Formats: sequence, C-alpha cells, structure tokens
Amino acid sequence: MASPARKISFRETQIEMAHGAGGKASRRLVEGLFAPLLFGSSPGPLGDAAHIQINGTRIAMTTDSFVVKPLQFPGGSIGELAINGTVNDLAVSGARAEAIVVTFVLEAGLPTEILEAEVRAMGQAAEMAGVKIAGGDTKVVEHGKADGMYITTTGIGRLLSGVEISPQSVRSGDKILLSGPIGDHGITILLARGDLDLEAELRSDTRSVFPLVQALVQAAGAGVRWMRDPTRGGVATSLNELARDCGHGIVLFEEKIPVRDSVRGACELLGLDSLHIANEGQFLAIVSSEYAEAALHTLRETPGGEEAEIIGEIREQPESAVLVTTLYGGGRIVDMLVGDPLPRIC
Amino acid sequence: MKFVDEFRAPELIAKAGEEIRKLADPNRHYRIMEVCGGHTHAIYRFGLKDLLPANVELIHGPGCPVCVLPMGRIDDGLSLAAQPDFIFAAFGDMMRVPGTHGSPLEYKARGMDVRIVYSPADALKLARANPEKHVMFFAIGFETTAPSTALTLVRAKMEGLQNFSVFCNHVTIIPAIRAILDSPDMRLDGFVGPGHVSTVIGCRPYDWIAKDEGKPVVVSGFEPLDILQSIVMLLRQLRKGEAKVENQYKRVVPWEGNRAALRAMAEVFELRPYFEWRGLGFISQSALKIRAGYAEWDSEQRFTVPGLRVTDPKAAQCGEVLKGVLKPAQCKLFGRECTPEQPVGALMVSSEGSCAAYYNYEHRKPISIANAATN
Repeated sequence: MASPARKISFRETQIEMAHGAGGKASRRLVEGLFAPLLFGSSPGPLGDAAHIQINGTRIAMTTDSFVVKPLQFPGGSIGELAINGTVNDLAVSGARAEAIVVTFVLEAGLPTEILEAEVRAMGQAAEMAGVKIAGGDTKVVEHGKADGMYITTTGIGRLLSGVEISPQSVRSGDKILLSGPIGDHGITILLARGDLDLEAELRSDTRSVFPLVQALVQAAGAGVRWMRDPTRGGVATSLNELARDCGHGIVLFEEKIPVRDSVRGACELLGLDSLHIANEGQFLAIVSSEYAEAALHTLRETPGGEEAEIIGEIREQPESAVLVTTLYGGGRIVDMLVGDPLPRIC
Repeated sequence: MKFVDEFRAPELIAKAGEEIRKLADPNRHYRIMEVCGGHTHAIYRFGLKDLLPANVELIHGPGCPVCVLPMGRIDDGLSLAAQPDFIFAAFGDMMRVPGTHGSPLEYKARGMDVRIVYSPADALKLARANPEKHVMFFAIGFETTAPSTALTLVRAKMEGLQNFSVFCNHVTIIPAIRAILDSPDMRLDGFVGPGHVSTVIGCRPYDWIAKDEGKPVVVSGFEPLDILQSIVMLLRQLRKGEAKVENQYKRVVPWEGNRAALRAMAEVFELRPYFEWRGLGFISQSALKIRAGYAEWDSEQRFTVPGLRVTDPKAAQCGEVLKGVLKPAQCKLFGRECTPEQPVGALMVSSEGSCAAYYNYEHRKPISIANAATN
C-alpha cells in the first residue's frame, strides 16, 4: 500500500481539461501524482497495457474510459470506440484481447433508444474483434452530469508469442511504420460537433487493429520493438513519448505520412497539425531495418492495411525529440500536444 | 490539395532557395522583417530558415494579435465576465493567454462560462440561443478580423439584440510598423508585408515605408513558396537599390483592398487616441474603438471596466523579442520559466508568437538539418 510519506511532484493547484488531453499535462499528472502514490517512485515507461503474471502465465491488462461528444458520429459511436479502444490498447501491447468488463455511467433522462443502440454497437464490435464481454456495472448520475453516458472498459489479453515490446529495445536505424492515414477520427469528431459549419466526406477510423498487429507479428515478430495506437495527442505525442523513453531521435519524412486531403484541408483551415489529431484505428510500430520491408509488405497485404507506410526512422539525433523533414530540405521539431488542439482564427 | 500543394512543390521551393542564395550579396547582411505572425508560424512550420543563407536573417514582427495584447485587457475582460449569467466568447487563439489569475481556459475550469467561437457571428448565435444570459465577444485581431466584428455589430443593432456586446481589442498594423521603424535600435532592410491584413487594407497603406523610409515591402502569401518568392523579390529590389511596394499575393490581395470591408469598419469603429501594446508601449491611433452609435453593444461603454494595467514580469524580455532586437532563445526566461505550456509572456502563447514557434519547431533541432534529412 502507498504510505502517506510518499512525495508527489505534481504542483498544479487544480485539474484542468489539459490534464485529460493526452499530452504533456496528462503525462505530468500520471508521472507526478499517480505513479509515485500508486506504483512507487519509478514506474518505468508507461505502456498502453500492464503486463502481469498469474501462476506463471503472462497476461496484459488495460482500462480506458470513453467520454465523447457527440455520442454518435460518422463512422462510429461511443459504444464501438469503447470496445475497439481497449482491444487496440491490448493489441499494441502485443496481446490478443480475451475478455472485457464494462462500466456504464448513465445520465438520468438518457433515452433508452440511445442506450440500446450503443449496447448493440458494443456487442457487434466485440463480436468482430473476437472478444468476450464478461461482465459489467451500471451507475446513474443526475441529469446534466455525464453528457448522456460515459463508458469504461477493462480488458485482459493473452500475449502473442514471438514478440517482445519495449522502448529500450529501440535502436538507431530502426524504421517507423504507420498502418494508414492519420487524423480521420479527431477531425470527424470536431466536425460532428457542428459548431464549425464545415463539412467533409470523412468517417472515424475506429476499428480493431488486432488483425494488422497479428499479421505484423507473424511476419516480423522478432524485429518488432515497440507499438502504440496514437489516440489522443496523435502520432506526435506517441512518438515524443517513445523518444523520451528510448533517448533516440525520431525523424519523420513528411511526404511519407499518409493524410487524407479532407483532413489536411480541415487542419489547414483551423491551424491544426494532423500529427496532433486523434486516431482510433491506426497504430505505429518500430521495426528493425532488416524486417521493415517485409513488415510493410505484410501490412499492405492484410485487409485494412493497404495504405501503410514507412514514415521515418530512428536516429541518434535529435536526442529524445521528434524531427519532421521535408523533401526540400527543411525541418521542424514536433512536440507533444499541449492541452487540447485549439483552432487559430485571427 | 488544390491551392496548397502547388505552393509546396519541393522542386520549386529548392529553386527559390537557390535563387535567394544567388541574389544575396555574400558581403552584406540582410535583416528582413516578416510583419505577420502567420508568416512567422509558416517559416518555422516549414523549416524555411534551413533554406536561407546565413546572411539573410528573418526578424519576427509584431503581427500576432494575441502577443501584443496587454495582460490588463485580458484581466478586464475576465473580470467583466465574472458577473452572473455572463458568457465569455472568444477565438481559440485567446484561450490559453494568461491573465494575472489565469487564462480563459483556467477560468472555465473554475466554472466560468467560457466558449470558443470560430467567428463573431457564432457569438451572436450564442446570444440568440441564450436570451437569459449576456454574451460578450472578446474581439482580437488586426484588420483581418475587424470587418467581421463590425458586420456582427451591425447585425446585432439591426436585430436589437439586448444581450450581446463586444469587448473590442482590434488593432491596426500600420502604427505598429511605424513604431518599429522609429525604434532606435532597429536596423531593417525590408519587409515581408502582411498577407491577410492586406486583403482588407490593400497595398497602398505601405507606400510611405518605401517612399519615406526607403525600405522595400513585398505583400506575401503564407505557403513556403510564397514566402521564399517574396524574399527573392525583396533581394532583387535591394540589389537594384530600389524601394517599392510589390504584391506577391495577387491571388488573394487586391491592390486597393476590400472596399466593403473597409466601409463596414468605418461604420462601426473609430480610432482610439492611443492604445497599449504589449512590448511596444502606448502607440497613438493604433487601435479601434466602437463608435457611439453602437454604444449599447460595446462592453466598455455598457459596463464599468476596471481599466487594469499590469506590468509584464520584469525578467521577461517580450518587448525586445517583439521588436526583433533579441532572438527568442536569448530571453532569460525562454524554455525555462516560460514554455508554451506555462507561458509567462504572450509570445509564448499563440502558436504565431515567435517564441512559441521557435520553441515548438526550432528549439532542439540539430544544427545541421542536412545530416538528419539524408534518407
């Protein structure tokens, strides 16, 4: 148990929205308050799922809460996200999701019809991902308190054999693979909120990435060093976390990063960087150079991975940072997201 | 993507870079100011400095509306919004700008009704939808955004909307450029002129910079090729010993500006006798105030404004950076006490502020990008 003497280094006087946005502030909260009080002083690199041993069997375990407005959006809904999000956190930890338990926090006054639709969506997503929903819990809060509903899912998974994932195994020269175009989910949600008067043919990319991860591990398991699904904070935040954890430089080739025109257009208009936009159906993998081409080939051959790319590589420089280079020889550092992405107007 | 990719084509950009290296006299040091924060952002975002020879130096100008807004104005706005049944509406740009007791986002976390809007018209919509509340639009920006605020006020008056007002912080670009040129420690060779501001005011208002000050001005777009081409045009003029106003951004900027927008501004706004600029101090006739005919919709005329004045933290050297005397990283607080996440000075808040742009995109970059960039 945590003893009261434990010191925290989180100095902020109140919780801000930024602490939940997945960027720097979130990291400070986790490393400065949760980790010292709950895991002892040094939690080590924080992955998407915990690995624990029970009677000699290693399993992966993860939990995630879903608070999304609106509840339904083109290409998906909160129920689907709640299943796929947890399946994906397990997948990028090198595990196949086996069972999920669900907690619903429902707002009084929520139409049953909406709840039913979300529960059905969860059932379908679970079936597609091949994961069992093993149990759950329900709480109801006062009207006006929970944006309709919040969902928390907790999942356990069995680790795939033949793959060991850790940021410390990342080496200079390794390649960075991305499973497909970025920013679809975040921009879809931004547009679906309706206060932008912008429209685009765009759908959330929410899906289980497990089939892609599995194919990758089968083809190049020994070369796979690290994986992550770049959700809140986007690709830039995930790769900055890796850069810090492994100490190397991450160099991205801008022209190789797949981004749909509608996402690029929205980002240009709003002054956002697509590297900071959330994804719900993509993942990043660091693969040693000798396996990289085979890994890319396999991903592209797997349904849903056709647009995969090698988007960059690990270098010695810049130490613990992410650099994006352009074809014409310019470059920029890309940091973690600070707070929520806010549109620039003036 | 149309109208974007053409202006980012690597081979054309490489060519423009080559042209700049050819035109720049190796025995001379060029100091060119890009006035507009949008240009500053683009220069860092696209890594354009990596393409320029060392003797072509870009100095970041005062054209970032968030950066030049004094903290007292933010405190004033937030103290008005602390009244019951008030909604504070502003662009996303404003949300992280620190007042003395926190930014609008922090006030929101403490319970203030703070909304991000994408245009002043959206603030008007909020007022219609919330008749029991007062909606105050905290207006910022140069001539780029002032016309839309003006049209919104015209609309509010037409509808007789009682629960809407504007806290006006609109400023004008020309007096700021004059203040920079009047500054004794400033030596500049030419200007990359504002793009979006010029869509409204046109190119004529810069004539005096060329005629009286003898410095070339090229009004520029925001894509990499636009900016590099503008630098080429400036270097050509400098080489020939010329000083004139040119328009690189013809696809958007009409020479005479946008008359309808100027009319709307003239209808609603008049010049303030003087206005405080962060880092530059008081500049006469440099900002807009709402005319008496629209007093009912002017937060400052309708409510009692505390009129707070807050001096910037002494150690922060925002003024020197804003005038281009210091580089962002030369400020004592840069990257230590002052970061984009916990900004002390406003230049660190807006992504168009030179400090934030430098911190986000340039800071920590390896000295030789060429080494890192070889695939």
